[in-house]
Amino acid sequence: MADQVTLTIDGVSVSVPKGTLIVDAAKRIDNDIPVFCYHPKLKPVGMCRMCLVEVGRVMKDRATGQVVLDDAGQPKVGFGPKLETACTTPVEPGMVVVGASQKVTDARDDILEFLLTSHPLDCPVCDKGGECPLQNLTLRHGPGKSRFVYDEKQKNDKHVPLGGPDDALIFLDRERCIQCARCTRFCDEIADDHVLGFYQRGRKIEIATFSEPGFDSKFSGNTTDICPVGALTTADFRFGARPWELTTSASICNHCPVGCNTTFSTRREAKSGGKQVIKRVLPRQNEQVNEVWICDKGRFGYHFIESPARLTAPLVRKDGKLVEATWDEALTRVAETFKAAGSALVGLAGGRLSNEDLFAFKQAVSGVGGKALLDAPLAGGDLTTVVGVSAGVNSGAGTDLGQIGKGTAILVVASDLEEEAPLWWLRVKAAAERGATLIVANARPTKTDRYAKHVVRYDVGNAVSTLAGMLLEGSSDYATAFAQAENALVFYGREGLDFAGTQALAQACANLLIETKHVGRAQNGLIGVWTTANAQGAAELGLTTTPASPAVLAAARAAWFVGTDPLGDGRLTRKDLPPFTVVQELFLTDTAKAADVVLPAAAWAEREGTYTSGERRVQRFYPAVPAPGATRPDCQIAAEIGKAMGATRFGGFPAQVFLEIARTVPAFAGLNYAAVSKVAPQWPDVGGRDQYYGGASTTNLQGLGVQLPSAAERGTVPQAARAEAPALAHPVGTLLVLPIAKLYDRGATFAPSTLVHPRVPAPFVAINPADAARIGLADGDEAELALDADTVLVVAKVTADAPEGVLLLPVGLGVATPEGPAPARVAKSARVAA
Amino acid sequence: MDQGKHILFRHRDIANLRDLDVYLAHGGFEAFKKAVTTLTPQQVIDEVKNAGLRGRGGAGFPTGLKWSFLTKDSFPRYVVINSDESEPGTFKDREILTHNPFQFLEGAMITAYASQANTIYNYVRGEYWDVVAGLERCVAQLYERGFLGEKLFGTEFKLDFFHHRGAGAYICGEESALLESIEGKLGQPRLKPPFPADKGLYAKPTVVNNTETVTNVPFIIQHGAAAYRQNGTEKSPGTKLFCLSGHIQKPGNVELPLGTTLRELIYTHGGGIRGGKGFKAVMLSGASSVVLKVDDALLDTPLDYESVAAKGAMLGSASVIVLDETVDLSWVILKTTRFFKHESCGKCTPCREGTFWMLSILERINQGGAAKADVDLLQNVASQIQNKCLCPLGEFSVTPVLASLKTFRGDFDARTTDGAPKAAPKSAPKKAAVEAGD
Repeated sequence: MADQVTLTIDGVSVSVPKGTLIVDAAKRIDNDIPVFCYHPKLKPVGMCRMCLVEVGRVMKDRATGQVVLDDAGQPKVGFGPKLETACTTPVEPGMVVVGASQKVTDARDDILEFLLTSHPLDCPVCDKGGECPLQNLTLRHGPGKSRFVYDEKQKNDKHVPLGGPDDALIFLDRERCIQCARCTRFCDEIADDHVLGFYQRGRKIEIATFSEPGFDSKFSGNTTDICPVGALTTADFRFGARPWELTTSASICNHCPVGCNTTFSTRREAKSGGKQVIKRVLPRQNEQVNEVWICDKGRFGYHFIESPARLTAPLVRKDGKLVEATWDEALTRVAETFKAAGSALVGLAGGRLSNEDLFAFKQAVSGVGGKALLDAPLAGGDLTTVVGVSAGVNSGAGTDLGQIGKGTAILVVASDLEEEAPLWWLRVKAAAERGATLIVANARPTKTDRYAKHVVRYDVGNAVSTLAGMLLEGSSDYATAFAQAENALVFYGREGLDFAGTQALAQACANLLIETKHVGRAQNGLIGVWTTANAQGAAELGLTTTPASPAVLAAARAAWFVGTDPLGDGRLTRKDLPPFTVVQELFLTDTAKAADVVLPAAAWAEREGTYTSGERRVQRFYPAVPAPGATRPDCQIAAEIGKAMGATRFGGFPAQVFLEIARTVPAFAGLNYAAVSKVAPQWPDVGGRDQYYGGASTTNLQGLGVQLPSAAERGTVPQAARAEAPALAHPVGTLLVLPIAKLYDRGATFAPSTLVHPRVPAPFVAINPADAARIGLADGDEAELALDADTVLVVAKVTADAPEGVLLLPVGLGVATPEGPAPARVAKSARVAA
Repeated sequence: MDQGKHILFRHRDIANLRDLDVYLAHGGFEAFKKAVTTLTPQQVIDEVKNAGLRGRGGAGFPTGLKWSFLTKDSFPRYVVINSDESEPGTFKDREILTHNPFQFLEGAMITAYASQANTIYNYVRGEYWDVVAGLERCVAQLYERGFLGEKLFGTEFKLDFFHHRGAGAYICGEESALLESIEGKLGQPRLKPPFPADKGLYAKPTVVNNTETVTNVPFIIQHGAAAYRQNGTEKSPGTKLFCLSGHIQKPGNVELPLGTTLRELIYTHGGGIRGGKGFKAVMLSGASSVVLKVDDALLDTPLDYESVAAKGAMLGSASVIVLDETVDLSWVILKTTRFFKHESCGKCTPCREGTFWMLSILERINQGGAAKADVDLLQNVASQIQNKCLCPLGEFSVTPVLASLKTFRGDFDARTTDGAPKAAPKSAPKKAAVEAGD
């Protein structure tokens, strides 16, 4: 190939693409050149000097430019007087690299000795000990004895919270820091959060954060993984366990639809009463999904599993009170009543349930003629199954956000990606940096705008008409860019839309993709920015999305809520419930408190199963810790109820249910757990014995997942359909409340992670300065927000990010929020501060 | 140099040359006008190439050649003048900037014309705040008189001039760290390549020249390369500013043709060694010098780039530090090492850790807490740093150490004891205010 360069490294010939760095070329042939500052995901800086090698280049005659030949007629190779850094030097044809010489070994020994002169001797208490690149390389290159006088060591600060002492998620040990700048470069280059930097110089140089709150990034935990020493540790894991005591279990994050591959590190410990407990969450490499990153919600938001408030036994209402019961008693009562209700049974499931759970649930409900629904606020699953991203059935390769760049248009509409699906934000940003044309359409500015080629700003309520407008030929430069792009992806969300509005927006997006011929091919399609991890799976399995509402339950005689809490969300009240209500849950939610039977479910980390990500990738998770008490997996409970009603004919173990899915659902045809668990070599190779990466468990040995073929790929011809959103009107004198999503909220699965509490904002509304001035509100004022009949107290944030006439109200911060845009009045609180 | 023959220090011949009218009355800005109105940029570059002008910042790289390396057809371009002048023992640029500012400005402006740049940044060390104030007044006058701004001399050429003050970092005299500093970033050197000529300031083609270098340019353009070559040697033409300090009768700056012998410099122009003492050693390029033992052969060495290199040293910025027979080299090296340790930016490991370690050892040696083996250790550590650093600063830090150990090892050994090494007592903690500006 023309763009391949062949060189020799320690006597082994290797061909790599032009522009490859020596360190990566060596990695291709399993030659581990030691590094500290280099990381294949970051730009090289050549600071630590550990990767020094001898570099010989083909000699050329200065006058003629001809290659100089030796006596044997071979090109002569000349070595420079100095060693060079393999991490900054690109390969050249005929280059000869020597890393195995005494000269190189001596140089690396020298550098390592330097690093150790300022490094403390606290490996025995350091969290990194056991999976530490510095420790590993000290064994290879370190001196056996120190020549540095101990009393001359510079003492630096330890246990420095990057943030306030109460809100820091990451702690810095300045003595352990070797100034490799991986953390600062991660923040600058990958996360685009410029909150960490170097301060001072020379031997006094140190990492400092200068944001408020400190280290204000949704990706901060990743720096602890790539830190090559124990300088950065998480508030969650520090001094929690030694790496060699930990057992690892592969999992899939269930906080959002990205489906990040993760690993749980667990151990049995005395202080937890001899139980197996989760000690930390690490990213697991999947270059197509999350590379080697996860967001802080995924890293720190697992504590709900170990909450003492978990349900551990079935509860049955007796004499008006919920009392513990046996599974037999509870299931018998449920099955009998459900069967009697027949078509008057309404089942509402949440999108956090696995594919297996949702399928078993649907089979049980529809088996007796009832309605099985997905209780979710974002519609369009019926469209993403058809024109969603393609698996590349006809081209061999599926849709891979890591491969998107020039020639691809990405449209993000009505979504704040960084808050709703942080890793997608990283992927879209990186794609834009590689040359993809990013179009961001929203009623307000978001962080995604930074990378947009086109920012499309519409009035609240005009998302659908804006999208429809893109179909008019030549209507705008961004419409033309989208239409002419070789490939196109659309991410759509629900900002500024009620449920009917989201259906119309999804249709408008689908129409755009269909009309511009961006369907049925890999690297093309529609992606819903779902509010839960498996809403896409629910759609693939045929569940209809319908948010819980009094109307849905109007004719019901029995209701079954699985993993959803409409009473807690304020969408239903007790009087809306039918005569018999069953709740299947982790916690005694408001809905559960009103139920007749409560069934305790096992959390996803306590059983196995699969999720289908927003990119339609089926990925498998494994049990990490035992399920508490009498809890059972949702699919097992559903299958048992179904069996008791005569509606289900398969066993309730996840693997059995999955086989049934593969047998009956066309999109899953031919799949089984073995296929989903397949792995293939990934590049860059940052796991295992590798020295690149600090963490121990990034290697993906448990599955890369399988992308489902879309209906369009399986032969369905997608049809455009009418897309029209209901007109939005609000009374004169009111402002329009626009509910917005925040990554850190007070949801039941995040609130138990108390270490993140200081980072969860108090309920607030963002208001435009012009509106604020008219109303007499100043930034930070307490304000009364009148929505329908409710009046709530919130903090006013005066910011131009809120369009004039619009109030941005975050969802999930403890204040009931409307489903979509709604009229509201706001005034300065009359309450006098105590 | 005879009275009336200065090229760079013309203010020593002409009173009040820092007055713009006086400068204009003595042919000021005629070279700039000649270049802009009658020469192409390439002709200016060729004239400077023919003159053989070499960079006076220390490396001695041919200036005209440097200008011709700018990436073709890439605009805008920048000219950045390095007036950081931080090498200990160097104080030549200060005199130019203070007393002959317009010649410097004119040189920088011709450089910009030759480089097809429309913007000049002059990076001046922060301690020269008063000098910058004067320069900014000069620049304001040039805008008023139409030497800076739009449509100069009725042509399409436009030129702006800005000053940027450093914040007290030696490393910002390294050209890529200097560029980072102008961009508002932490002063740390960049990886090379890319070189400034390709991606310099704001990732655009940039010429970085020393103050003294560009101050030569008006003479070359006005009088021609041949006139310029009447001073100096074939390979090192022109005159050079020598900064004399240390144990010398007449410390200060002198302008002499390159190739003047050390003997003439010290005994004719510097008045000899202070107090008539013996001349033990000399540092020709400030703190980063190879320390040379003085003998007759060295005294007769012509001070030009090639002859000094032949002695295993560098002429550098010609900051000549004279060390008489009373000097203990282990003390001198303690000073230079303390300087480099203090100025290390901390980016690369060998410089950051190595200078710290060398200083610890040297403090032990100087305070009597060193064992015999510590001198070998110092040599080891210095060798360990050598050739592994990201930028020249780290390499500079070991140059005087290794040279002194080679030539004056006895000075070090004499201070050691037979006992085990003892850490030097820690100096009293400095006041917070001092610490902050440390």
